[in-house]
Amino acid sequence: MTKRKFNWYKYASPANFYPLAGKMIPWFAIPAAILFIVGLYVGFFVAPTDAQQGEVYRIIFIHVPAAWMGMFLYILLAVYAGIGWAFNARLSAMMASSISITGAMFTFLSLITGSLWGKPTWGTWWVWDARMTSTLILMFLYIGFISLQSAIDDPRRADRAGAVLALVGVINIPIIYFSVQWWNTLHQGATIRILNKPTMAPPMLAAMLIMLAACWLYSIAIVLYRLRFIIVERERGAAQVAAATAGI
Amino acid sequence: MTASPSTLTMFRWMVRRDLILAWRRRADVLSTVFFFVIVVSLFPLSIGPETQLLRSIAPGVVWVAALLASMLSLGRLFANDYQDGTLEQMLLTPQPLYLIVLAKVLASWLVAGVPLALIAPVLGVQFGLSQDTLLILTVSLMLGTPVLSLIGSIGAALTLGLRGGGVLIAILVLPLYIPVLVFGAGAVDASIIGVSPQANLSLLGAVLAIALVFSPWATSAALRISLE
Repeated sequence: MTKRKFNWYKYASPANFYPLAGKMIPWFAIPAAILFIVGLYVGFFVAPTDAQQGEVYRIIFIHVPAAWMGMFLYILLAVYAGIGWAFNARLSAMMASSISITGAMFTFLSLITGSLWGKPTWGTWWVWDARMTSTLILMFLYIGFISLQSAIDDPRRADRAGAVLALVGVINIPIIYFSVQWWNTLHQGATIRILNKPTMAPPMLAAMLIMLAACWLYSIAIVLYRLRFIIVERERGAAQVAAATAGI
Repeated sequence: MTASPSTLTMFRWMVRRDLILAWRRRADVLSTVFFFVIVVSLFPLSIGPETQLLRSIAPGVVWVAALLASMLSLGRLFANDYQDGTLEQMLLTPQPLYLIVLAKVLASWLVAGVPLALIAPVLGVQFGLSQDTLLILTVSLMLGTPVLSLIGSIGAALTLGLRGGGVLIAILVLPLYIPVLVFGAGAVDASIIGVSPQANLSLLGAVLAIALVFSPWATSAALRISLE
């Protein structure tokens, strides 16, 4: 994220990053809000009604970005956790814990919106489709990471144990994905295919991409926001001194 | 100062020691097997004695029960050595921790995984599986249970000494078990419907090979973190 642009060593210190994060949040939060509004407007009023699915398809404007964010954020989480572990960088590890909550939220959101979409379109809340199943498993991986970190009292151990788990999870994700896909073709109970998407009209695609950008910006803002709480919780003295001197 | 024993000797002694310890606590080993048998036997009671239905759910039931049973022994993998300080000494030895972990996992598989694979055909008979399928069931469990022990050891090392460790291990490890479950149950399933189970068994073997290389390493890292 943006902190790489700045002096690496200075802002790798949580106490120094705390005020910087505070300054960065509005730069992501405000564009996120604007893009959400624009994206929803384009999604609801500009994009045409789908010929096959009717109005119901509009849920993809939140569903698809949420599903993508769920996956991206897990990889990002593993990268930060890995950096935190390998270079003993506390801030990266805190970043990973901060990302985990947002990632789990997006994964959960994509499951919920997916089933809300599935009920009118497929006539069922849940299908053991390969993609849905692997999203569900991704949710389990997030839950594992969060429960492990919250079960450990010592923050240093929590960071490192979380990093091992996240990295093992990342290695496992492709294996899980292919096993699930293969399992699905084997069982072939449900005949509904998720992949018969018609080509998208440009406004539909535009709305989806705007929503995706909004979700990214929202994620960065909320992750930084949560990161500040984590910094204060763990490094109370240092962070408060830095915050007082920076006037934030 | 005496020369430290070669790594191979150390490996042999580690396996031997863990097997002796397991033998002295036979009840623990047996309880895992009984758990497996009881869980599998509950399914016909809850679903009904219809042979056709039982045959089609048998692979899933046996494999899920094997997953759950293998969770039971994970708590013991490092916990006793951790409590009496032996584990700390093991980390200090000049021998590679990788091999110590591998030896402990091997011993734990021999006492927890192999009995499951051996008793599974008896349970398969209860579910009306044919002879060929029973063989595939045993082979798939023989290939799959070592992966369960290997991946499980990561979870056991990460949760060492934590409160509520037992439930936590399940949450961490069960999602990672999914490929094993899919391929293992898939092999038996294929055999029931008369398709060659070879593809599933090969994939199970591939997963075993990957787990054999990577998971002792991850477990060693996790042990160092937990014992810091």
